[in-house]
Amino acid sequence: MAEGISLLIDTTKCIACRGCQVACKQWNQRAAEKTVNHGNRQNPPDLSFNTWKLVRFSEIPRDVAPLYFFPDQCRHCLTPSCKEMADLRAGNLITIDKKTGAVIFNQKTKLKPEDFEEIREACPYDIPRFNSGSMQMAKCTLCFNRTQEGIPPACVKTCPTGGMQFGNRQEILDKANKRLAEVRRIYKHALLVDPEEVRVIYLLADDPRKYYHLTKAENKPGISRKVALKQFSQPLRMFRALAG
Amino acid sequence: MTNHFIDFRNADVILNMGSNVAVNHPVSFKWIQAAKDKGTIFIHVDPRFNRTSTKADIFTRLRSGTDIAFLGGMIHYILNNNLFDEFYIKNYTNAPFIIDPKYNFNDGLFSGYDSSKRSYDRTAWALIKDPQGIPKRDPSLKDPQSVFQWMKKHFSRYTFEKVSEITGTPIQDLEKVYRAFGSTGRPDRSGTVLYAMGWTQHTVGVQNIRAMSIIQLLLGNMGVAGGGVNALRGESNVQGSTDHALLFHILPGYLPIPRSHLATMEDYNKTTPQSNDPGSVNWWKHRPKYMTSFLKSMYGGKVAQENDFGYGWLPKIDTDQDASWLNLFDEMHKGSFTGFFAWGMNPACSSANSGKVRQALSNLDWMVNVNVFDNETGSFWKGPGMNAQTIKTEVFQLPCAASMEKEGSITNGGRWMQWRHKAADSPGEAKPDGDIIFELFQKIQALYLKEKGEFPDPILNLKWDYQTNGRFDIHKVAKEINGYFLEEVDQHPVDKKAYKKGTLVPSFVYLLDDGRTSSGNWLYSASYTEAGNMAARRKSIDPSGLGLFPEWSWCWPVNRRILYNRASVDLEGNPRDPKRPLIKWDAGKKKWVGDIPDFGAPPMKSSGIYPFIMKPDGVASIFGPGLKDGPFPEHYEPLESPLEKNLLSSQRINPAVKIFGGNLDSFSFNDPRYPYVCTTYRVAEHWQTGVMTRWQSWLIEAEPQMFCDLSVELAAIKGIQSGDRVLVETPRGKVAATAVVTSRFKPFNIAGKTVHQIGVPIHFGWIHPKDGGDSANLLTPGVGDPNTMIPETKAFMANVRRLNKKSGTKS
Repeated sequence: MAEGISLLIDTTKCIACRGCQVACKQWNQRAAEKTVNHGNRQNPPDLSFNTWKLVRFSEIPRDVAPLYFFPDQCRHCLTPSCKEMADLRAGNLITIDKKTGAVIFNQKTKLKPEDFEEIREACPYDIPRFNSGSMQMAKCTLCFNRTQEGIPPACVKTCPTGGMQFGNRQEILDKANKRLAEVRRIYKHALLVDPEEVRVIYLLADDPRKYYHLTKAENKPGISRKVALKQFSQPLRMFRALAG
Repeated sequence: MTNHFIDFRNADVILNMGSNVAVNHPVSFKWIQAAKDKGTIFIHVDPRFNRTSTKADIFTRLRSGTDIAFLGGMIHYILNNNLFDEFYIKNYTNAPFIIDPKYNFNDGLFSGYDSSKRSYDRTAWALIKDPQGIPKRDPSLKDPQSVFQWMKKHFSRYTFEKVSEITGTPIQDLEKVYRAFGSTGRPDRSGTVLYAMGWTQHTVGVQNIRAMSIIQLLLGNMGVAGGGVNALRGESNVQGSTDHALLFHILPGYLPIPRSHLATMEDYNKTTPQSNDPGSVNWWKHRPKYMTSFLKSMYGGKVAQENDFGYGWLPKIDTDQDASWLNLFDEMHKGSFTGFFAWGMNPACSSANSGKVRQALSNLDWMVNVNVFDNETGSFWKGPGMNAQTIKTEVFQLPCAASMEKEGSITNGGRWMQWRHKAADSPGEAKPDGDIIFELFQKIQALYLKEKGEFPDPILNLKWDYQTNGRFDIHKVAKEINGYFLEEVDQHPVDKKAYKKGTLVPSFVYLLDDGRTSSGNWLYSASYTEAGNMAARRKSIDPSGLGLFPEWSWCWPVNRRILYNRASVDLEGNPRDPKRPLIKWDAGKKKWVGDIPDFGAPPMKSSGIYPFIMKPDGVASIFGPGLKDGPFPEHYEPLESPLEKNLLSSQRINPAVKIFGGNLDSFSFNDPRYPYVCTTYRVAEHWQTGVMTRWQSWLIEAEPQMFCDLSVELAAIKGIQSGDRVLVETPRGKVAATAVVTSRFKPFNIAGKTVHQIGVPIHFGWIHPKDGGDSANLLTPGVGDPNTMIPETKAFMANVRRLNKKSGTKS
């Protein structure tokens, strides 16, 4: 489904105010986590069952401008490998919202930890998270209950600098390409991250690895080698660890 | 702010120095982004690389407390390279004025210094007037006694080499910043500056701003779109509370507080600013009208000419008394007074040297703490190191409504008075502050009626009629602030028109000194008129295209959106910058178009009227004789600094600062026990001392604990790793923190010596969360700027050492 909506997250405009991180929790009513300062400003330390959007802070000491911000969230792949895996192992846990294209999950579905681990590993961006108490999965829903009505996602709505934009996919792709051309005048290595494969398109000014090691998919999203293998041969699962 | 947040987008160059705008004013960053989108150069100067710096085209570091050296170097550069706006400084500033021959400056001291009093006799800091009382000028700017030549001489010492030695900023970076900002001296280019507590909270705080003001005047950036000197306020209504006289030295609308030697209204009015220069509007000459109208607003029908309009009932402070924060708590500590209202404040964490404040609170008989949540002030007697058994202070906690639980106005940094509606009821017994004050004073009046206290007149005669149907009515207060005609005015002296008794005055122009008008604050007159509540307007039309939005809310004074805007035009009234025409004289219609002009007289060529109407001389002050510590800014070291000597003169610190005695106010400099420069700052996730935000789980999750930023280099010396617990110590206190080892701080090279700097945030306190840590202000010194007594919390000396290794912190 190539229509639906998209987001552009322009990290050249991100000031890491974390308004998006808090707005996400507020709209989706996710509980706060008990955190400590662990010597880095990024908190909570990682995405979790209750944290679906997280501004990642990365320091590259040798750079003149040593600080990189990455407001991480589910990319909402056009062909989501998490769904492919879930279809195999957890029934209708993950579906695609027809109107928006958002990759959403069934909040009522209980699943086994090992099944969840498979789903998580299928995601090239390491997004899905699990509550081992309630046996449920959670992640960003692209605020589909807002976006279905044409209202921007909570994170987009709150961004003070206009660093996030929401719209029809083609419109966002056009904006992304236009902005990339502008940004490249200053940042020669600027790029859009996997724009053809995902709905949440990041614009980065520099080497993706400087932001976070999973900024960009190592393998293209879509049906991964791993998923394809599983479809052919369920019993081979036990060798998965060896296959890496 | 002389301009507004939205005006940032009009600038060609933005200098952010002494503030961290992305973190502390993130919403305003949209206008910086808008400016960047059209090619504006964004400069950030700060001791540390932070979230703002990531968006800067030019970033450079300076050692905390050396801003005047940095800016003095820029003044020197602008003068040396002829980058200044010659038309502007000749016509609109006192650059051509002649300084008294007795004025002098030598080795860090201005003439008239008395070291025993740590103060100056300022009589020689004067501008010479001719026999008619008009300031003498040399339009060629060549007279060696001219302000221009003295300025040149004064700042000639601020060479690249000297500035770099003091600040630690590399010379090539200084040059980059100076060249970029200096490019705005052309009339068709404008530059703006955004600052905050990073400039004010120093023993040279006022002079930091003065230095930048001189730069903005030299470059012709005052009174223009995309220009100005813009203070980013530390709280959303700081502007409003200051306008309404939060501080001790003023009454509402910046009327000076009456002092004990000014016993009568006549004495007071004799101090009204005067000018003999026909070109100077000297707007403050109207002050008696504002004072009379203020008194009528206070006491209503109880006062008239016959009883001096109740002037005798106003409280007066002693002639030389400074009743500002640090002095107040010093007196409290000495036991000089017995009761205290801590209203919407948390001095046990927010005050410099807050350990002393916590001690002082225990010397009270009673304290009333009005706040949304309990805080370290209300519960000081339960705090660390306190023995409740020995503390006699009785504390009353009054819960109040939060901002969205009440109706009223706030005035933002850009002087927009914006009306806010109530969104929700407050919980439990919490009430809006207005209701609390209203009811409180009703009780006080009733008690005075019953018990006849000492000097009851000001209490019993205070007009206190702000209720409707028995409830406090905020609209009545807003109207009182605007002011009324109290009697029929058949022929008003201003426009010869008739005005009915009981109607709201259209603006302060209509206020009278004979008791026929009232106004609680002349500056806000025109905000709530017969046409309605101007602050509640929400029309988003912008005919100028410059973001003035004249019908969105209301802006003081008289809805003028950019102050001193007559300085944006030439002598004929044409915009000097055709790209950004702020106002323009329409010769045909004989009126100004655009923003509300800063005085309606025709252009200077025909009327002779100068543009800076609030200044007695009608022009802006490059030479500023009104301050306590010098008419020109001069670099001095902070009270606590890593240097034994000031590299620029024999005066190590600002010669005019007041130093408190006593153990609790001890300090150090060039002391191996406290070898590191330390500064304080905020994070986006918390607000002030965290009284409101530390209880918000989504915010405390993002910034859970007190931390200390330190450089990779210093961490290596001290054997500290990120996540280790460390202790930060000064002569006044100790605070535990989590170490954040970062390349965002770098050691400075100060005249060949390696100087390390560290920093701590101000938001934490022992009350909540329990593992959050305590206030950074236990560390900061209680020493203030001689003009404002604002404390020097941005530059002091500290030690940092490891407590224990990082613990397992997996969540």
